[in-house]
Amino acid sequence: MNNELDIHIGVNPARCYQCGKCSAGCPLADDMDFTSNVVMRMLQSEDESLDKELLQSQAIWLCASCEMCISRCPMEIDIPKIMDYLRQQSIAKGLQNKSANKNIISFHHSFLDMIRFTGRSYEIGMIADYKLRSRKLLQDLTLAPKMFLKGKLPLFPEMVKDRKNIKRIFKHIDT
Amino acid sequence: MTKLGFYPGCSLEGTAREYNESVMSLATLFDIQLEQVPDWNCCGATAAHNLNKILSLSLPARILAQAEKAGMKEIIVPCAACYSRLSVTQHELFENSELKKQVEEVMDMTLSSPIRILNVVQFIQEFILPHLSEKIVKPFDKEVACYYGCLLVRPHDILQFDRLEDPQTIDRIMEQLGAKPIDWPFKTECCGAGLSVSRTDLVAKLSGKIVKEATERGAKAIITACPMCHANLDMRRSAINSYLAKKYDVPVLYITQAIGMACGLNNKQTGIYRHLVKVNN
Repeated sequence: MNNELDIHIGVNPARCYQCGKCSAGCPLADDMDFTSNVVMRMLQSEDESLDKELLQSQAIWLCASCEMCISRCPMEIDIPKIMDYLRQQSIAKGLQNKSANKNIISFHHSFLDMIRFTGRSYEIGMIADYKLRSRKLLQDLTLAPKMFLKGKLPLFPEMVKDRKNIKRIFKHIDT
Repeated sequence: MTKLGFYPGCSLEGTAREYNESVMSLATLFDIQLEQVPDWNCCGATAAHNLNKILSLSLPARILAQAEKAGMKEIIVPCAACYSRLSVTQHELFENSELKKQVEEVMDMTLSSPIRILNVVQFIQEFILPHLSEKIVKPFDKEVACYYGCLLVRPHDILQFDRLEDPQTIDRIMEQLGAKPIDWPFKTECCGAGLSVSRTDLVAKLSGKIVKEATERGAKAIITACPMCHANLDMRRSAINSYLAKKYDVPVLYITQAIGMACGLNNKQTGIYRHLVKVNN
């Protein structure tokens, strides 16, 4: 995917010389199956089986887009942009990591589905949807009432008035 | 009265309601009128840029277009995550005319020129600081850990705000309030951000490091400017404490709440009673 990345997002992993600063600064490196410098090396190899492994990895979903890696990269390689591209390719090719699919990816889908219908985020609706998708029905059962009592969980969604426009934006995305 | 454009973002109407309350109270106190971007929408947050590039640009672009249509020359964006998404989008679209055309077609609106997008710290520096000393009635006489998080300072080449490592702007504002900012290495470490619901275990670990370090270095409060950071450090405190197997009770305040407290605003105006980790004032 090395060339593909250059064409589609203008970022070239071949420039990486493995100093490892990105992984040293990455707050989630400990929990990743491939740390960011390894991701760069895998992309450089131009090996299709390694590309596939990357798209199936959990690392691309654990990346929190904190942008620490690019901040410290001496070659200024936009690793967060690469991660965005890998996630989108992973979905497009149906190669999502099974474990990430149950939580992180489900949450993203719940979030976007909510925006699609209301135009704005609405916690109760989103969390209900996420619980169904992830089957984590019992999660945060003690936190939610506390938040509600503090006035942090509005019962009804705030909606964008021009929902046609929001629909239009999502329609272009779907096709 | 100064009139400024304002994009609250979704968090400020829900889990970060007190952030909005404290921003609005400060605006009133300093004679500033914050006018919301008409019919604003969600910026797309982490989910959009993780799943779809064009969506992640079109949602913020619609907000910018709505602001432009309302004649706004600048918008104040208190949420650090929204601030980052809006700034990155504006930068990408005005750098790449083809991409801009594509996004304009998707949202059926146009963008003619960039507007100023100010984060809460820039808002304070420009509109609050010049009149701050005369309004302080109760100096914030405490050690504080100023926590900037990721998205106020990164990506630095686009945001061009403060120093990338060891930023100083919030520290300087807190000093003006009478506080003593501690020297600590976690100012721009990630709290776990959007993994709050889907991987609470990782957020407990990452946010736990921040809470522990701030406490051990003597901070009596953590000062933040981001609803995601606040949610992870405050709302997720019981998960943090179970992870660390120790009870940490250092409160987390939005910078606007700290200013409000120093200026004598009551708890209702600052919204500090909405936190899960109790704030003693």
